[in-house]
Amino acid sequence: MTGAAVAVDQAAYFDWLCRMGDNCLILGHRVSEWCGHSPVLEEDIALANTALDLIGQTQLWLGLAGEVEGKGRTADRLAYFRDAAQFRNVLLVERPNGDFGTTLMRQFLFDAWHMEMLRALQRSADPRVAEIAAKAAKEVAYHLERSADLVIRLGDGTEESHARMQKALDALYPYTGEMFLADAVDQAMAEAGIAPDPADLRAAWDRTVGQVMAEATLRLPDGSFQHRGGKTGRHTEALGFILADMQFLQRAYPGGVW
Amino acid sequence: MATPAPPELAQVWHWLSQVPDPEIPAISLTDLGIIRDVQWQGDTLVVTVTPTYSGCPATTVINLDIEAALRSHGVEKLRLERRLSPPWTTDWITAEGRDKLRAYGIAPPVDGTAADGRLAGRIARLAGTSNLVIACPHCGSTATERVSQFGSTPCKASWRCTACLEPFDYFKCI
Repeated sequence: MTGAAVAVDQAAYFDWLCRMGDNCLILGHRVSEWCGHSPVLEEDIALANTALDLIGQTQLWLGLAGEVEGKGRTADRLAYFRDAAQFRNVLLVERPNGDFGTTLMRQFLFDAWHMEMLRALQRSADPRVAEIAAKAAKEVAYHLERSADLVIRLGDGTEESHARMQKALDALYPYTGEMFLADAVDQAMAEAGIAPDPADLRAAWDRTVGQVMAEATLRLPDGSFQHRGGKTGRHTEALGFILADMQFLQRAYPGGVW
Repeated sequence: MATPAPPELAQVWHWLSQVPDPEIPAISLTDLGIIRDVQWQGDTLVVTVTPTYSGCPATTVINLDIEAALRSHGVEKLRLERRLSPPWTTDWITAEGRDKLRAYGIAPPVDGTAADGRLAGRIARLAGTSNLVIACPHCGSTATERVSQFGSTPCKASWRCTACLEPFDYFKCI
C-alpha cells in the first residue's frame, strides 16, 4: 500500500498531515496537564485516557507525515524538534486549560469538529489516511459523548457552573472558525480526494454544537470575529510555553531514551 | 545434516495463545483478537498485530512479549507487522476470552454498544434509562451503574454494583 497512487503536491500533503497530527499532539499535551489535578478521580482518569488516545493518534498522523516527507523524520522527531512556527495546529487547541469547565468546553468544540472530520476522512483517496481515520473515529466517539455530557451537566447545572461555562464558551467560540477555513493546502487535499473541504464540515458541527448548547442552556456568542493563524504557523504565545515543557528533555538530551 | 522443518502455523498460533496480555494477564493475545495473521514468508515468520487503542502503552510490550515467546520456541527469523485496518473491535474477543475476563473480575463487552459519536442516545443515557445491561462480575446482579466511561486502561470503563456494592471494570465496546 503506497501513497504514490494519489497525485498531490507532497509539500502540501505533509503540511496537512502536520495539521492533523499537531491538533492531536497539542490538545493531548494540554489535556495531560490535568493529570493529578482534576476535581475527582474519575475525571482525572478520563482526561488522562483522552490525552493518551490523542497522543496515540498523533503518532499515526505524524508518522505518516514523516513518511510522505521522505526525509527520514519520525513522529518523535517532528514532535520534539520543530519550533512554534512549524506547528500547524489550530489556535483553539493551544488555549490554556483554565478551569475544568473551560477545558471541557474546548474539548467539546474540538471533538464535535474532530468527529465530522474523521467521518469524512474514512472515504479518503489515500487508504493510509482512511485507516487512521477509522481507528481514531472509534476513540473520538467516546471523547465527544463525554465532553457533550459534561458541557450539558455543567451548563445546565448550578448558577456558578452555568456562569463559568457561558464564560468559557464566550472566550473559546472565536477560536472555532479556523477549523472551517480552507486555504491552498486544504484545497489541494480536497482536489486530490484526500480530505474534505473543511467548510463542508460546518453545517454538521453547527447542528451538534447548537443542540448541545441548547440543552446546556448556554447561548452562542454574537459577533463574527474569528482568530486565525495556527494552521499556517502563526501562533499565540501559549504554544511556546507548551513546547518549552514538552520538548525540554529531547532538546537538552537529543535522542535520549529510557 | 537436515534442517529441522519450520513449526506448523497451528503450532505458532498455539504458542501465541499462551502469551498473556500485559495489562490484563488473565487473557491471552489470541483471546483479545489482536493477532491478525501468522504466515511464513520464505524462512521468516511474519506475525501481524493490530493495536487495541492507538495510544495504548501496552502495544510495545505486546510486541516484545510476542518476540520473546516465539524466540524461546526456537523461531529465529521473525518479523512483526502492524495492521490498522480493519480497526480492532471488541467483537473479536473470543468467547473463551470473555469467560476469562468475567472470572478475573472484568465485565466483558456487550457487542453492538460502541459509542458512535452520534449524540442521539445521549438524553437516554443521562436520564439513566440506557438499555445497556451489565452484570456484575462479582455477584452476577444486573443492578449496576456506570461511574465513568473511562477506566484504569484505555479499553475499560468504571462501573459499580448497587447490590454487592463492589466497583468493577467493564471492558467497553469499540
